[in-house]
Amino acid sequence: MSPDDLSERVADALAHARKGGASQAAASASNDSGLTLRVRMRSVETLESHQGHSLGVTVYLGRRQGSASTSDLSSQAVRGTVDKALSLARFAAEDEFAGLADADRMATEFPELDLHHPWDLDAEQAMELALECEAAALDADPRISNSEGAGVDSGESSHAYGNSHGFLRSGRSSSHSLSCAVLSEQDGRMESDYEFSAARAPEELAPAKEVGAKAAQYTLRRLGARKIKSTRAPVAFAPRVARSLMGHFCAAVSGRALYNRASFLLDSLGKPVFADCVNLSELPHVPRGMASRAYDAEGVATVNREVVGGGMLNGYFLGSYSARKLGMGTTGNAGGAHNLVLQSTGETLEELLAEMGEGLVVTELMGQGANIVTGDYSRGASGYWVKDGAPAHAVHEITIAGNLKDMFRNIRAIGADMDRRGGIHTGSILIDNLSIAGA
Amino acid sequence: MNAPLDPSTHAVRPDAVALARASLLESCDLGEPQLDRALGALLRPGVDWGDLYFSEHSGESWVLEDGIVKTASHDRGRGMSARAVSGDKSGFAYSDELDPFTLLQAASTAGAIARSGGRGQLRMRRERASRALYAPGDPGAGFSDPAKVELLHILDREARAADSRVRQVIANLSVARKRVLVCSSDGRIAADDRPLVRLGVTVLLEDKGEVRHGVSGWGGRLPLAELFSEESGRGHAREAVRQAAVNLDAQPAPAGEEIVVLGPGWPGVLLHEAVGHGLEGDFNRKEVSAFAGRIGEKVASGQCTVVDDGSLPGRRGSLEMDDEGTPTGRTVLIENGILAGYMQDRLNAGLMGARPTGNGRRESYACLPMPRMTNTFMMPGPHDPEEIIRSVKKGVYAKNFGGGQVDITSGKFVFSASEAYRIENGKLGAPLRDATLIGDGPTVLTRVSMVGSDLALDPGIGVCGKEGQSVPVGVGMPTVRVDGITVGGTA
Repeated sequence: MSPDDLSERVADALAHARKGGASQAAASASNDSGLTLRVRMRSVETLESHQGHSLGVTVYLGRRQGSASTSDLSSQAVRGTVDKALSLARFAAEDEFAGLADADRMATEFPELDLHHPWDLDAEQAMELALECEAAALDADPRISNSEGAGVDSGESSHAYGNSHGFLRSGRSSSHSLSCAVLSEQDGRMESDYEFSAARAPEELAPAKEVGAKAAQYTLRRLGARKIKSTRAPVAFAPRVARSLMGHFCAAVSGRALYNRASFLLDSLGKPVFADCVNLSELPHVPRGMASRAYDAEGVATVNREVVGGGMLNGYFLGSYSARKLGMGTTGNAGGAHNLVLQSTGETLEELLAEMGEGLVVTELMGQGANIVTGDYSRGASGYWVKDGAPAHAVHEITIAGNLKDMFRNIRAIGADMDRRGGIHTGSILIDNLSIAGA
Repeated sequence: MNAPLDPSTHAVRPDAVALARASLLESCDLGEPQLDRALGALLRPGVDWGDLYFSEHSGESWVLEDGIVKTASHDRGRGMSARAVSGDKSGFAYSDELDPFTLLQAASTAGAIARSGGRGQLRMRRERASRALYAPGDPGAGFSDPAKVELLHILDREARAADSRVRQVIANLSVARKRVLVCSSDGRIAADDRPLVRLGVTVLLEDKGEVRHGVSGWGGRLPLAELFSEESGRGHAREAVRQAAVNLDAQPAPAGEEIVVLGPGWPGVLLHEAVGHGLEGDFNRKEVSAFAGRIGEKVASGQCTVVDDGSLPGRRGSLEMDDEGTPTGRTVLIENGILAGYMQDRLNAGLMGARPTGNGRRESYACLPMPRMTNTFMMPGPHDPEEIIRSVKKGVYAKNFGGGQVDITSGKFVFSASEAYRIENGKLGAPLRDATLIGDGPTVLTRVSMVGSDLALDPGIGVCGKEGQSVPVGVGMPTVRVDGITVGGTA
């Protein structure tokens, strides 16, 4: 289904909502299609073809709100969905904060974000690419003993959003990825690790051989892992896990957590929440960005801004509902953050390890042990021990723990080893004085 | 929460297939000739077998916050997929259009996986009667929309009345129903009509500027009318308040290896992570699991018998049949400490020369099935739970858990305690702050020195994720003493 088809469905839903007595309404629709191919041990394992669509609508009867969604986009089904939302709204309570974002906040300028780069990829080509990727990992070292496989994923998406302010926009985007996970074995003990590349445009994906070689390198690095004695030490979070720390930060300064007082960063606007060296920007209009958007999930224009500057918190992540609850204005973040970039303090990874001296580099985190209400943090970890500024041996079956409030204040450096594969760009984050539990 | 653990005799419900046919196929002009044509397109030369999967779901959810039901939402969808299997290869295509042309197209796309080898044959279709593990029909029947709103207000009022420090109550209700129909090239046609209800209450307590939360939830494949009573609702609201209050007093948890006593019920998430995932057939066929090739070996103390059972009536993890049409049942994973079996779907069972165990599950029609857990639990042992706590001089008693995760290759796993206490000289002491526990799956159960008599299953709100697919599951365990597992605190 094309963006125009989706726009038509959205407009139809909005018109039907108005006819049904809605004072305000919003609707969005999307259509996704794609191909996933996985190989394992040098032969094809799965070939999946994807094709799906959905439409969701939210209606307001004054200050009462109801929502419904459907995967059937026939005119009859769409109208039935609107009717369902209207009937549910009648049973919701009056909520003085409910409603669309204000009309004057709707985006009126739409920068070209360059998000649509379809990949004319057939199964045969996808297979060759995945095989090349996996072979680079399997052939890297005799200790690479087995494989979980390599995969190519290519998808395109059309979407449309509209609301009763008269806002109606549609567009297309694409996203592609290449991934590989292999096993290594030594002294009867197995380890596995992975690497992936993801981008809006196929030509921006890392070469298949490079993805495979890195998967092998990371897997080999885990061999001979030991459990260490419980201690306190500086910990560097490798970029692929460091982004989760920024994720916890976003969760703690997002509207719903704040108005429910369920955050360890309550009332922290204008206060230092990070170490002085931390600067975090939100850049929604980066061309080809994985989380680029010209407008948020309510049609509100997105803007470039400095969320954290010199460690000080300059802004929350709010949609119109939470903004009203907090007596503030929306920040254009209904639906989440749009490309967060954590500025590096300049050190290469080697320099970061030298500065650490002795400590732990975490390359994998396990479990969900981050409590956003209290900031208490305790997660399973593996990685490697650093001695005299250089990697000494692999470490596993340990936990790292602290409180996120202290951890954010104790950030000493942010590496130049930027990972730009997702919606959060960060280098390695070095944090002083974390509790490590082991033997 | 207690529930019957013996697989009872199930009533036969032969109309499930007929109802699913009428709802999913006939309304879309999909009759026998269309199914045959699609299966024919799937079974190209080289394809061993394949299946067509149809499903439709509808669900609604209600949320209360700030003392009012702010919103309700409804979701409806349906679709189908075609899968062709050739040796260890799978071709797969899906669509949310249900019509003869799209079905044929999906089947041809999926069939293109075959290159050489297999020669699947289309067999005569035969309907498989299903057992009744749950009541058919709308699980929300008997509750009008205003009654659902009132239900959430009961939770809210009870929580606020229980403690003056309650600052916020978030209560939610979801009622869903999913009908699936599987039609496979070996002639099998089977259907399942699955209700799923979940209720939850989260409270935030604030005292002297400190905020803590507590959560309690319950659910299952039962009618809402059976799950909810004023009494059960009030009980869960008070439980959430109690947990939040305990957390207000909590002290930093220790860092390092401790003797840990796990309470009954939820702490069974230990089994799910430590051994459950590692015993799924796909990981073992590919030999990427730390448990691969170890059937018959001792992986736990003799007191441990662990099973997966998808045939418990009304449980959240239960299914009358899995998503390949195989009836669910009880699979013994560990028997008296010895590794006894794996959980299988059709593909992996076939390749390993084993029988499918009814564990082939998929999140939706848009996903390929794989071996998944249903309800995973440890059988009760001889010890009185009080006696187990009394036996510990210094350690930790963990009563409630959040989620967990496992690295199936290295066997390392974590699970996060949300309510725990010190044990000092055989008595429960101060409550401890949230801490993650980490251990080694293939060896942790060898350190189980006492198994209690008080087997309980979790209250019915568990979700398991694997390779991007989420499915509802259950866990359970009696009180268990583990002689040494790393507790990830700060003290």
